[in-house]
Amino acid sequence: MKALFVLPSVIYLLIMFVYPFGYGIFASLHPKSGGFSVANYAAFLLDPWQARTLWVTASIAVPITVLTVLLAVVVAYTMRRGIRFERAVTTALVLPIALGTVLVAEGINGFYGPKGWFNQLLLVAGVAEPSRLTHNYTGVMIALFVQHFPFCFLMLLGYISGVDPTLEQSARVLGARPWAVFRRVLWPLIAPGVAVAFALVFVMNFGVFPSAVLVGQPAGATRTVAIAAYQAAFEHYDMPMASAIAVVMGGCQLAGLAVILFLRQRMPATGVATVGAGKR
Amino acid sequence: MRGGLWRFCVSLFVLGFVVNVLGVVGHVVVSSFAKRWFATVFPPALTSEWYAYAWHEFQLDQVLGVTLVVAGAVTLGALLLGFPAAYLLARHDFPGKGALLLLFFLPLLIPQMTYGIPLATTLYRYRIGGTIGGVIAANLVPMLPLAVFVLLPFLEQISVSLEWAARVHGASRAHVFRRIVLPLARPGLLTAGLLVLVNTVANFELTFLLSGAGSQTLVVALYYAVFAAGMRPIYAVDAMAVIYMALVLLVLLLALRFVRPTQMVFRLDHRS
Repeated sequence: MKALFVLPSVIYLLIMFVYPFGYGIFASLHPKSGGFSVANYAAFLLDPWQARTLWVTASIAVPITVLTVLLAVVVAYTMRRGIRFERAVTTALVLPIALGTVLVAEGINGFYGPKGWFNQLLLVAGVAEPSRLTHNYTGVMIALFVQHFPFCFLMLLGYISGVDPTLEQSARVLGARPWAVFRRVLWPLIAPGVAVAFALVFVMNFGVFPSAVLVGQPAGATRTVAIAAYQAAFEHYDMPMASAIAVVMGGCQLAGLAVILFLRQRMPATGVATVGAGKR
Repeated sequence: MRGGLWRFCVSLFVLGFVVNVLGVVGHVVVSSFAKRWFATVFPPALTSEWYAYAWHEFQLDQVLGVTLVVAGAVTLGALLLGFPAAYLLARHDFPGKGALLLLFFLPLLIPQMTYGIPLATTLYRYRIGGTIGGVIAANLVPMLPLAVFVLLPFLEQISVSLEWAARVHGASRAHVFRRIVLPLARPGLLTAGLLVLVNTVANFELTFLLSGAGSQTLVVALYYAVFAAGMRPIYAVDAMAVIYMALVLLVLLLALRFVRPTQMVFRLDHRS
């Protein structure tokens, strides 16, 4: 009887999520030429033009994830006791999340473009020949940062401001300097939360598609794995190959996730500081 | 003293980021009203003609219609399927609950591009891909779990003793549901519904992979317009972007009007 409550949604997810995923893996092992083999994976990994996408994606995703999380930790830590104009700042931060990648990409093409406000500002500031910021690697980095910094910051702000302030006060009373308070008291408490934020941002950055196409150089410098998978599926109509690329992409994301969660397991305070979000 | 300098630098960074966001959004808005705009701070002449142009050229009446149908259907579907599931998860512990939560959590965790490609392949094989039905079916995959996880804390707040009391006084199960559970769950349903609505309107990847000629939502049509930049005046593309922005912000404002963010603490692990 009770099962009837949850059965419809479980069946739905089994048909629309688990089955396609499983079928995708199955299909990727049955290349167009027939038979059962890892030919698709071999073809993808041995073709320099295709395999390069892995390197391209990693060289975008890893640095921008590190930068995003680092800055988010710094800002969230500094603002853990609240700031002035908090409502206005939070609203401005939610804007890119709500509007989505496509609109942000179009805005960046304008604002950071050769004729945009940012370049005009640089010219006024005396930079004779500002370098190009859109339709290349830099453009994708800007787009991903604008998109994911607010997400990461808001998540960490909730986590950091949830840590009991008396812990910090006790450390100060006992004579610890601000850096020592952060390093020895707060960091061990928030590190598991930072690890989760890092994992989520990394997974999102590794799957980058619309930004890489619209603000990047999809035929060259920013041809990511997602673009390769899309092209295999909808330009070459090679579904087994597309599935193989999607599996490789998912595998990389999973590997990144596993590494970070493994590190998280080894952190001393895992499970200690799980305080609710934003109890200020 | 050094702490003061540190705070100042961080404030400066935040100010810079906010200005950057406003600049990115503002540039689109200003550009959509420009007659011509070329390397000046502000366009010399303003016009609103690009809106009429974009509406006509991009067939926005049809695109908006599709967007509303998709968003409405996904919201309804996510609530209808998700509410009973969330109710059960909030009320009962049973073997395999962890696995069930994981099944609901995965579509939210795994990026849409990763599972979207096998999903699109499958749906095209059954000729559902490329239709409005396919877009709705695919969008339900992440939106159904979203509805469940938003509803969960709301339903946990409803005291079980209220239901028992009604039962003791002779109310039937259906009666309890209609007169006790449903009215108390209304804030949760509203919150979940609005969040699913705004997420579906703004959801790009799955819709992009599944939509064909007549089944593009506004954000996908915007993608193609930006992608084919140069085919049409950039001002018209920006006008379309502003229309999209207005739609999203409208739903978002509606959501913020009713939703208290503090109520939405996702609780996946009760015991830790």
